[in-house]
Amino acid sequence: MSQPTDQPSNTGRREFLAGATGVAAATVVAPGVFLQSVANAAPRDTAVSSDVRYGMLIDTSKCADGCNDCVTACDKENGLDMLVKPEGADDELWDMQRPRWIRTVKLRNNLTGHVSTLPMMCQHCEHPPCVDVCPTGASFRRADGIVMVDRHTCIGCRYCMMACPYNARSFIHEAVQFKLTATPRGKGCVESCNLCVQRRDNGGTTTACQDACKQGAIVFGDLKDPNSAVSQAMSKYPTVQIRADLKLNTGVRYTDV
Amino acid sequence: MKKIHYREWGIDSPRYWGLLAVLAAIVAVGGFATLYMEHEGHWVTGMTNQVVWGTPHVFAIFLIVAASGALNVASIGSVFGQKMYKPLARLSGLMAITLLVGGLIVLVLDLGQPTRLIVAMTTYNFKSIFAWNIYLYVGFLAIVAVYLFTMMERKANPYSHGVGVVAFVWRLALTTGTGSIFGFLVARQGYDAAIMAPMFIIMSFAYGLALYLLVLMFAFNTDERPLGDVLLRRLKNLLGVFVAAIFYFTLVYHLTNLYGTENHEFEAFILRDGGVYTWTFWLGWVLLGMLVPMGILFHPALGMQRGAIVIAALLVVIGGLSAIYVIVIGGQAFPLSMFPGYTVLESGYYDGVGGLARHYAPALPEVLLGLGGFALALLATFVAVRILQFLPASLADEVLDPHKAN
Repeated sequence: MSQPTDQPSNTGRREFLAGATGVAAATVVAPGVFLQSVANAAPRDTAVSSDVRYGMLIDTSKCADGCNDCVTACDKENGLDMLVKPEGADDELWDMQRPRWIRTVKLRNNLTGHVSTLPMMCQHCEHPPCVDVCPTGASFRRADGIVMVDRHTCIGCRYCMMACPYNARSFIHEAVQFKLTATPRGKGCVESCNLCVQRRDNGGTTTACQDACKQGAIVFGDLKDPNSAVSQAMSKYPTVQIRADLKLNTGVRYTDV
Repeated sequence: MKKIHYREWGIDSPRYWGLLAVLAAIVAVGGFATLYMEHEGHWVTGMTNQVVWGTPHVFAIFLIVAASGALNVASIGSVFGQKMYKPLARLSGLMAITLLVGGLIVLVLDLGQPTRLIVAMTTYNFKSIFAWNIYLYVGFLAIVAVYLFTMMERKANPYSHGVGVVAFVWRLALTTGTGSIFGFLVARQGYDAAIMAPMFIIMSFAYGLALYLLVLMFAFNTDERPLGDVLLRRLKNLLGVFVAAIFYFTLVYHLTNLYGTENHEFEAFILRDGGVYTWTFWLGWVLLGMLVPMGILFHPALGMQRGAIVIAALLVVIGGLSAIYVIVIGGQAFPLSMFPGYTVLESGYYDGVGGLARHYAPALPEVLLGLGGFALALLATFVAVRILQFLPASLADEVLDPHKAN
C-alpha cells in the first residue's frame, strides 16, 4: 500500500516549522554562523507529484572493475561513513551488520563466461514487496516513485528485509552517534537507498552515486519525461530489470549485464 | 461419564515455589538478555543484514504455532463432540493463551523498536499479513478467554459449543496467517509456497498437543492424580497421527520443490549441502522429530509406557524447534537468487559469492530470550492451575467411562 504522499496533509505543521526555522535562520549564533539555512526550503512546500517517476539507468559496460566510487559517495552523502564500529564487535560479523545502501557486485555468466560489474541498490519498484509486507506502512512508495522508510513508524520488524528480492535494505544494528541533519538515522530501524531524497526535496537533479561515477555509468532522472537524460538513454539501449520475472517494474534498469 | 470435578493444582508448597523460582529465574535471565540487546543494538546478536530473523523468531514462531495447536484438545471436545476430551478442555484453553503470550513477548522484544508497539497497534497496512496477524493474535486471546469463561462458569456452559466453533475457526485462520508470513515471500527460494499455511497448521496440531501432553502428565504425576490408560492411549495415538501428517506435508513440500528446476539448488542446500541446516533437517526435523516419535507412539509395547510417551512428546518439541530453525534460518541462509544464470564472483554485501550460504550463528542472548518466553508460558500456566480450577480431579478410566463415551 503506497502512502499518499502527494496529499498536502501536513501543511500546517510544515508551515509552522518553516516559519520557526526561518526565525532560527535569522538568529546569529556567532559571527558568520547560522543555525539552519532555509534557502532551499521552497520546494518542500510543493507536494510530491506522480507526474514524475524517478529512476536510473546503469550502463554495466562502463562500470569499472575494482572501482568503488559510488559506494564511497553514497556513504558520505548519507552519513554512513560517520559510523563507529561498536567496541568489542567482531570484525567479520560487524561487516555483515553494518549498513550498505549501495554495493558493487561482480558477476560471471555461467554459459559465456562474460564478467560484468554493476552497482546494486534499492530498485525502487513500482510494486515493492517491502511496502506490501510492512505492517505499519513505514515502508512506503512516494508518488514520485521513491521507495523509502518512515523512521517514525518503523518498528524494526525486518519483514521488509525478508521480502526484498535485492537484499537492498540495512537494519541499524548499533546506536548512531553521528548523523547528518538531512539523513536522520537511529538504532533499530531499517533503511535503504532513497535516491538521495534530500536532494530531490531541495531541488537537486542528481544523486551522489551518479556524481561520483567518473565513467558515467549511472544516469538518473525522470522516467516519465521523454526528454530526460535517463529516458533518452533508455530509448537507445536494450535494458533489463533484475528479477524481471517478479514483475515489480523496477525504477532502476541495467544495460549490458 | 461421571460428573467431572475440577480442583486447583495441589502440589506441595516447597516444590511449587521451587518450580516457580526456577522458571522465574529463567524469565529474569531472558529479561536481562533482552535489556542488553535493546541497549546495545542487534550487533550483539548473531543476526546480520542477510539473516535478519534469528533464534528469537524460531522460539516465537514455535510458541505461537504450538499455542493454536494446544487449543485442539478443547476443540475436539466441544466442536467435534468427543466427550472424553471435555475434561481436558480448560487446560487446553489456558495453554493456548499462555503459549501465545510467551511467543508474542519474544517476538515483540526482538523488534528493533519494541517501545513502538503502540505504533504497530494503531497504524496498519492491511496488505501486510503481519498487520492481519496482530488482529488474529489479539482476537485469539480474547476469544479463548471467553471460551474458557463459558467452560468454567456453569451458567455460560450452553454457549461453550458456539464459542468453541468460533475459536476453532479463528485458530485455523491464525496459523494460516503465521504460515503465510513465509508463504507470501516471493523473493526467497525456500518460501513463496502456498503449502506453508497448511503445513504450519498441521505442525501446530502436533507441537501444541506434545506440549499439552507434557504439562498434563507432569501436573497429574506431581499431584498424584489418576490419569487413565485409555485417555492417554487416545492422546498419544492422536499425537502419532499428527506427526505422521507433518511427515506427509514435509514430503510433499520437498517433492514439489524438487520437481521445479528453479528450486533444485535450494533443495540441494537443505537436503545435502547445507551443513548445519542439512543436519538439523535430517537429524532434528526428520529423525528425532518425526521417525523416532512415530516409532515410539505406534509401538505396541513402548507406546503404552508413560516414560516413552514423555520422551516421544519431548522429541516432537525438539523436532518442532528444528523444523522452524530450518525454515526460518535455513531459508535466509540460502542466498537470494538475484542473478539466475550468473555466478557472483565478488560482492560488497554478501550476495552469495560463489553460491556460498549466508553466515549465521546464534548468540547467547538470543537463546536466552527465546528460553525466557518458553519459561514465561510455563510459569503463567502453573500459576493459573494453582489458583483456578483448570485441572480435573481425576482422569481415571472409570471416571471417563470410555465404553459409553462418544
